[in-house]
Amino acid sequence: MEGERLASQARSSGLPAGGATGESPGVDAPLLGSSGSSALLQAEVLDLDEDEDDLEVFSKDASLMDMNSFSPMMPTSPLSMINQVKFEDEPDLKDLFITVDEPESHVTTIETFITYRIITKTSRGEFDSSEFEVRRRYQDFLWLKGKLEEAHPTLIIPPLPEKFIVKGMVERFNDDFIETRRKALQKFLNRIADHPTLTFNEDFKVFLTAQAWELSSHKKQGPGLLSRMGQTVRAVALSMRGVKSRPEEFMEMNNFIEIFSQKINLIDKISQRIYKEEREYSDEMKEYGPIHVLWSASEEDLVDSLRGVARCLDQCCKATEKRMSGLSEALLPAVHEYVLYSEMVMGVMKRRDQIQAELDSKVEALTYKKADTDLLIEEIGKLEDKVECANNALKADWERWKHNMQNDIKSAFTDMAEENIHYYEQCLATWESFLASQTDLHMEETSEDKPESH
Amino acid sequence: MTENNFWLKKIEINVSEAEKRTGRNAMNMQETYTAYLIETRSVEHTDGQSVLTDSLWRRYSEFELLRNYLLVYYPHIVVPPLPEKRAEFVWHKLSADNMDPDFVERRRIGLENFLLRVASHPILCRDKIFYLFLTQEGNWKETVNETGFQLKADSRLKALNATFRVKNPDKRFTELKHYSDELQSVISHLLRVRARVADRLYGVYKVHGNYGRVFSEWSAIEKEMGDGLQSAGHHMDVYASSIDDILEDEEHYADQLKEYLFYAEALRAVCRKHELMQYDLEMAAQDLASKKQQCEELATGTVRTFSLKGMTTKLFGQETPEQREARIKVLEEQISEGEQQLKSKNLEGREFVKNAWADIERFKEQKNRDLKEALISYAVMQISMCKKGIQVWTNAKECFSKM
Repeated sequence: MEGERLASQARSSGLPAGGATGESPGVDAPLLGSSGSSALLQAEVLDLDEDEDDLEVFSKDASLMDMNSFSPMMPTSPLSMINQVKFEDEPDLKDLFITVDEPESHVTTIETFITYRIITKTSRGEFDSSEFEVRRRYQDFLWLKGKLEEAHPTLIIPPLPEKFIVKGMVERFNDDFIETRRKALQKFLNRIADHPTLTFNEDFKVFLTAQAWELSSHKKQGPGLLSRMGQTVRAVALSMRGVKSRPEEFMEMNNFIEIFSQKINLIDKISQRIYKEEREYSDEMKEYGPIHVLWSASEEDLVDSLRGVARCLDQCCKATEKRMSGLSEALLPAVHEYVLYSEMVMGVMKRRDQIQAELDSKVEALTYKKADTDLLIEEIGKLEDKVECANNALKADWERWKHNMQNDIKSAFTDMAEENIHYYEQCLATWESFLASQTDLHMEETSEDKPESH
Repeated sequence: MTENNFWLKKIEINVSEAEKRTGRNAMNMQETYTAYLIETRSVEHTDGQSVLTDSLWRRYSEFELLRNYLLVYYPHIVVPPLPEKRAEFVWHKLSADNMDPDFVERRRIGLENFLLRVASHPILCRDKIFYLFLTQEGNWKETVNETGFQLKADSRLKALNATFRVKNPDKRFTELKHYSDELQSVISHLLRVRARVADRLYGVYKVHGNYGRVFSEWSAIEKEMGDGLQSAGHHMDVYASSIDDILEDEEHYADQLKEYLFYAEALRAVCRKHELMQYDLEMAAQDLASKKQQCEELATGTVRTFSLKGMTTKLFGQETPEQREARIKVLEEQISEGEQQLKSKNLEGREFVKNAWADIERFKEQKNRDLKEALISYAVMQISMCKKGIQVWTNAKECFSKM
């Protein structure tokens, strides 16, 4: 943290040592009064508005549950794990392509749900075929995520889109919601495919290739619910210990992710708000142009000018719509994904802490000679390996995640800037052509001076 | 009011300052108001230099008095309107308070515009009261009131509800009235929507300002991305604050449209005057016709129409031939008078229509010029806004791509 603080002296002020700052929007934003300063508007945005509160109603529980359900069994020996996490062979050439599309509604007596078609194209040998088509529902994705977290507790698993959003939805599945979810699910699967370790996960392969009944029977295998529950209680008890003995680099990581999480959440809110404001602007603009056309009906000599202005306003309105759709295609999903990602990363860090805590508690037990020392020493040995694996896995994945994050954020904001430039260029062109048409005519008419006195 | 042209040279008029004042009003209560400084300069033809000739302070109510006077004495002229008394079409950032400095500033410009319009009107510029408004600070109010113009004013002109069943109005005036209604309606609508659009635009720009703060805070924890984030954030702040000037310029455009919104009212006033004159004319003609008929009936002894006199004679007995003669004589005098009056009313009416229509033609040309110019200036504003936007976002994009 110190290193980073030094670098940051020149930038923002007031970051207290060693930790995340509490965000204090402060002003309990009243109704925007006649002074309507920008500060008020800013405060209003940063406050949790009534109608934006429910952004908190995500199903965070999904990650929590899985977080506590780590199992001590490792797929392979620790040594091979260490080799695996070096990530030298990042898959440069993609050999796995996944698309998610064709949402379909299914209605049964018990429930209504949506399935998505998943098409996988691959050249990998371990797959029986080069193309697969299956149908999956959200529950299946949840299952996959759980299995991945189980298998790799200290790798950063990509986030899933939220279970549901409460606000303003009369119908649970409206078109926008489904489309947003579809895109996020596609992103989820592709991120796994791009991950050097996760891409070879067996459950992932089953998910992509198995027919419905095959998947069902496959799901039934694996540790039962009861064993997972038993571990939850222990895990919670241990989680606090882990924080105390956290190594320096993980402290740094933790501080980073806490602040990052705050900031990305704010950016998410701001971006959503911008979209909303642009939508309302666009709605008003739709009415603005036509009034000029209406006016032109009673003004013989101003028909050209008025219709010209109307045309410009309509074009600008269209340009706004385009800007908005650019926002909702690129920036909003990208930022929101990182909101969810930051939750995932915090979960991963907690899991790492727990693994460490387990080791620490055994070491402590040894110190006080509470149980059979030989057994303890053996267990400690195993746990030390486990901690080392977990740490290395996380470290490597962290670097990878951070690198991706920077690229994704950079790309998302660059796109947004590009959209805005394009928007203004379009508007400029339409107004300039109007002006040209008017000033040509204007020159022809005899120009009178502004009212002056005789 | 007089034919004299009080200025032999070209003049410039400026409403150059506005000042808050307190004083006591007619009911001896303390009040706060704004006074405006009017400076008049005469311009030498030869070298274009201007010399300050007059400088005095006036408040809004005095402008109103001047205008009301002009309305009475020049009913055939489309009298330029004053800027609005109270702020209307306000969007959330604008104040509805008359004392607000921005409102006062825009009103100052509006009042200057009013004076320039009057001064450039071929007929109004020659009015003595207008001349005194610009040159005689004290006593001007008394002078105006001494003209007795309030008494001359036809209260029916102001009565909005009164309808006059005019049988033969000049069709052009009927169309003009219809036009002025449409103009008022469409400009009101436009101004309302424009205010809402301005409000929304303000929102879009200002929310981007939040990025500035958050980027700045985030940059503190980033090594490679930090600089890019920080400077991009700065550009977001620039973007957010640019909307203030943009919308202030737009208010001037709105004021230009508002002037014509109020001009619609002035047009309507001229139409009303015509209607009233026509109504009086028709009433007078009707009255004359009925008197003539009465006279004829008395003379020939046939009663075709009901009259109270007829009734009473039936009840109380016939009148004497002498009485009847007397009555016929009175009626004949009235008829003669009536015919004179009708003749002069007709003449008046035709004069009015001719003069009014000349001014309306002048007004139409002025309106077309002004509105066209206003629309062009709106386009210029939009172009400027777009160029600023391109600039800011290009800078921001550069920062983002360097992250």
